[in-house]
Amino acid sequence: MTPRQKRMWFIVAGVALVAAAVGLVLYALKNNVSLYFTPTQVFNKEAPQGRSFRIGGLVEAGSVQREKDGLNTRFNITDTVQKMPVIYKGILPDLFKEGKGVVAQGKLESDNVFHAEEVLAKHDENYMPPEAVDAIKKAEAAKAAAQPNSSSTANSSVAK
Amino acid sequence: MAINWFKYSAPSTFYGLAGKLIPFFAWPAAILFVIGLYIGFFVAPTDAVQSEAYRIIFLHVPASILSMFIYLIMAGYAALGLIFNTRLSSMMAQALAPTGALFAFVSLWSGALWGKPMWGAWWVWDARLTSELILLFLYLGYIALQASIEDPRRADRASALLAIVGSVNVPIIYFSVKWWNTLHQGSTIKFTGTSMHIAMQQAMFAVLAACWLYAIAVTLARVRSIILERERNTQWVSELREMKQ
Repeated sequence: MTPRQKRMWFIVAGVALVAAAVGLVLYALKNNVSLYFTPTQVFNKEAPQGRSFRIGGLVEAGSVQREKDGLNTRFNITDTVQKMPVIYKGILPDLFKEGKGVVAQGKLESDNVFHAEEVLAKHDENYMPPEAVDAIKKAEAAKAAAQPNSSSTANSSVAK
Repeated sequence: MAINWFKYSAPSTFYGLAGKLIPFFAWPAAILFVIGLYIGFFVAPTDAVQSEAYRIIFLHVPASILSMFIYLIMAGYAALGLIFNTRLSSMMAQALAPTGALFAFVSLWSGALWGKPMWGAWWVWDARLTSELILLFLYLGYIALQASIEDPRRADRASALLAIVGSVNVPIIYFSVKWWNTLHQGSTIKFTGTSMHIAMQQAMFAVLAACWLYAIAVTLARVRSIILERERNTQWVSELREMKQ
């Protein structure tokens, strides 16, 4: 092997080793790298007990209730399998909406309600003008009207 | 007859070639910036969810893509310099670093300005944001290491190792939104297609092309300075017309 080839294989092997090491570390720290736990993970007690963590999912449609004092908001975060009731005191981000993504930081208290200190909105990677959204909604409504038996699938697609 | 590519890997010939090439990249870059930003601000429609605030994407996404791509090219040049001991490759790697760092910074900064009104936070420690911050630190570390060693050949070798090892971070940035739960949304531009209105795409790709051309133009200009600096004691530099004035 010429010194040139030797150096090349040294670099290739070095990068492969570093990549493998970093990969293993990140895999081992999977839960720490993830920003939030899903309601299912919280339900399975994978989330930390008795200290602050983040929970993420969708704001369940029809679950948002503002309390009479005007400051507290109650809603459910769902991953469509499990749901977690949340109470939050403060100003919600503009993009906070039923059926949309949300990440809340806080603690699960003994009343089995997640007391959030911070609520962040998570938006998706689709960008389109409002007219296009209206057109999609109309098409979905027409589809649902054509197939009255499959109303549950139409609901789930709206929840996305 | 084949072109002798190695001729242009000599700094003395590349110096002149780079000088001639710069306007061919700089002018289209300027024109495409104007076109892209015009489409982005006046033609592209309002977004249904984020209304006008989404328009920062026209700067944010091109800057992010280039910050990652330039790093890979820089690491590639650094590896070439290490393997073949070619002087120009190491100079190219050194010339790319500040532009890459600039794009990484723009990506983080524009992301923070976008995150506050949309997510509700300037910064979160999610995998995408954190790995992009590490990318900026890798660039800064590379520049610092290169500058801290007096002998340029030794500086090249040391910083090349940092650049090559750091390239492991680039796929982590790219796939972070798939591998882990993040606040950052998934990729809009995928290999399978783009989930974006057509005028928005045009604006983004125009700015992306402009950033590409800009990066090439400034890198060529910077590599010319590096060549002059490193070869200042050679015969050919002293014979340059601009040196005799």
